[in-house]
Amino acid sequence: MSTIKADVRRYIEENFLLGAGAVSPGDDDSFLEHQVLDSTGFLELVAHLEETYGFKIGDDEMVPENLDSLNAIEAFVQRKQQGVA
Amino acid sequence: MSAVPLGPESLALDCEAELQRIAQWIPQVLTQKLRRRGLVVAISGGIDSSVCAALSVRALGAKKVFGLLLPERDSSGFSTERGRQLAEHLGIEYQVHDIAPALEALGCYQQRDEAIRRVVPAYGEGWKNKIVIAGGVEGGINFFKLVVQSPDGEQQSVRLPLREYLQIVAATNFKQRVRKTMDYYHADRLNYAVVGTPNRLEYDQGFFVKNGDGSADLKPIAHLYKTQVYAMARHLGLPDAICNAVPTTDTYTLPQGQDEFYFALPYAQMDIALWALEHGRSAEELAVALKMTPAQAQRVYDDIRAKRRATEYLAAAPELLPG
Repeated sequence: MSTIKADVRRYIEENFLLGAGAVSPGDDDSFLEHQVLDSTGFLELVAHLEETYGFKIGDDEMVPENLDSLNAIEAFVQRKQQGVA
Repeated sequence: MSAVPLGPESLALDCEAELQRIAQWIPQVLTQKLRRRGLVVAISGGIDSSVCAALSVRALGAKKVFGLLLPERDSSGFSTERGRQLAEHLGIEYQVHDIAPALEALGCYQQRDEAIRRVVPAYGEGWKNKIVIAGGVEGGINFFKLVVQSPDGEQQSVRLPLREYLQIVAATNFKQRVRKTMDYYHADRLNYAVVGTPNRLEYDQGFFVKNGDGSADLKPIAHLYKTQVYAMARHLGLPDAICNAVPTTDTYTLPQGQDEFYFALPYAQMDIALWALEHGRSAEELAVALKMTPAQAQRVYDDIRAKRRATEYLAAAPELLPG
């Protein structure tokens, strides 16, 4: 698993699942559909990504296509790091 | 498609029959469940609390209803004026209590302003603020923007980081919680019960502060859509200034519509969307009624369901471990 996905998965497990026995989301699972994150949860995730990877996420980037699964986040972070997002 | 078209007519209400039903229910609840002798209603000057106060008077008579006007530093003067007008119109005893000193002592304004200054360092005396919701209706993820206005009228808008957003909301929630403390002081003093004033849209979508305006002994219009509350206000013959009032939060210093802060759409459309969802109408039908695309209508449905999930705990009793 990539470092990005491993980091985000760990963050989600530690902050949202809290060891309560819920299954960790699969790489393509929608956080919204599986009710892993609500809107406040997404704001927490965005803050985590900005702090961890040192970039700012624009208002127009706050969309499910960038943030709603581990695979989407990995691709988004990679695009941001390459300066193409 | 269902045979009956979806639209404003879906919310038509027999106001007189509903008035009678509520007016009979209130004394039953008071005598059989709550065992209190009258009602305290906090009057904001808005449509919901005005209708609740008027229904309370219809149910019990003016002598058994006590009105409270609880302005603070950021309330609009118009709200207090409309509140007075209503209390005089209904002929109830009422008290105006400025809660600003209590809020000041609790740090409400200071904590809020400190969070705002972390985002807009120049913010200070003479500036105004509000929070607006963004993202969700366009298919994005809901987030909040802080809008501030400098004393010379220049506005700027910035996305709120989570910590600052939560602190601003937590600080402003002092307002609803202090008001509820006052409601219960007077309820205890008079041996009355406290009326909660949410309409169906607010109650369903969790648009209230836990242990603040969400706390009450009875909620006589929580089953009525906001459109129906306006119809009831006109049926009750309430003053024009109240019947025509635009719903605002009256919580932030810049004028702030409820739809800017919380709901995806203006209330008349939200009412239709909520009614349609509750009656099993498809997103396609809603799209026709609201003149939007089916994808947009589906997002409105998704947003309603998401808010229900996120706010379910606000109206719930505390969780207990079975023993």
